[in-house]
Amino acid sequence: MASYEIEIILNRQLADCLSIPVFITDTKGNLIFYNEPTNKILGTSFEESGEMKVEEWSTMFKPHDGNGNPVPPEELPLVKTLNEQLPYHKTFWIESLKGNSEKISLTSYPIIGQTGKFLGAVAIFWESKDL
Amino acid sequence: MKISIKGVRGSIPISGPETSLYGGNTSCVTVLEDGWILVLDGGTGIQRVTLPDISIKRIDILLTHLHFDHLQGLGFFGPLFDSSKEVHIWAPASATLDLRTRISRYLSPPLFPVLIRDLPCQLSWHEISRSYFEIGPFSITSRSVIHPGPTLGYRIRHKKAVFTYIPDHEPALGPSGLLLDKKWLSGFDLISEADLLIHDAQYTATEYLEKIGWGHSSMEDAIKLAEFAGVKRLLFTHHDPARTDSQLSGLQQDLLQTHGSGLNFEFAKEGMEIDLG
Repeated sequence: MASYEIEIILNRQLADCLSIPVFITDTKGNLIFYNEPTNKILGTSFEESGEMKVEEWSTMFKPHDGNGNPVPPEELPLVKTLNEQLPYHKTFWIESLKGNSEKISLTSYPIIGQTGKFLGAVAIFWESKDL
Repeated sequence: MKISIKGVRGSIPISGPETSLYGGNTSCVTVLEDGWILVLDGGTGIQRVTLPDISIKRIDILLTHLHFDHLQGLGFFGPLFDSSKEVHIWAPASATLDLRTRISRYLSPPLFPVLIRDLPCQLSWHEISRSYFEIGPFSITSRSVIHPGPTLGYRIRHKKAVFTYIPDHEPALGPSGLLLDKKWLSGFDLISEADLLIHDAQYTATEYLEKIGWGHSSMEDAIKLAEFAGVKRLLFTHHDPARTDSQLSGLQQDLLQTHGSGLNFEFAKEGMEIDLG
């Protein structure tokens, strides 16, 4: 397996500096890194889980709206970023590991490298304050 | 494959008796084989480059990036002014300007009296990034490495010998320092199992703490990187311009005491030649 591009590596290093949950995915949505503040969302750590295929980690969330209706995947910011290579932001609810609903905001942006190549995406979770 | 060191300093060239042992020219290394020549970087060391054969037609210059200490000798490179020569310049691509335009910022008045279009040689431009290409007997892999602005490292293979050149590199940038995981380590693909690595080692570990984000490595990190990647021999380069010969020799002794158990390492000196067979 070849090394990741430096734009991905530098995003990981940045994520490691932050106190908010950050995911990094490859261009297909496979989770290639998440930082320590993300552990409480996933219920595991990157050291324990390693990378996760998109089919694996995407089922760990149950995104829904304020009425409890599921949010379809194509409306989620990270999915839109992966499809369109543009940044997105949305506030919605997820079901926590304890079964409680938590309101969160998620910002996602594409990693477009030095040569203009799409390399992956970053998702940042904000504890919602009705942003 | 014969490697010749022509320039070892970072930032600016220096001269004087206190730096004459290691040398004061900025980055330049040549690679020779079968009558072919690769010139790695165009710092002031390029003035010491001599062609293996005066009748040689083609010269390839591989620039790691366009910071001035890797470019400032280019305008004084003789083959550029020889109409019988074919000069190929390889350098990192940029999303903003093409290579010729970027280099012409230096090779044009008022910074330089000659315009690129007036150079009599046959010039060819090659913009590369995550690339693989062949020049004569050499197979070359380039990868972006961590340093401000588009910057490449090169892995050059001839037969079974591998030489890696990364003169400007800060793989330890970040809160965790060096990530000793081959997927997450900048430059690993280039460095892995190299017979010879010439790598940035501008700072001591203590100095590096004050220079994080400047784009360079500590000597200790260069050793760790080389050991992790299974490098056989490491030459430090991009010496701090303020460092005297006696200071470099003293640092060499100190490092041998603390890291001298396995890896063969030393500070590169101008005039040094290594034959990798």
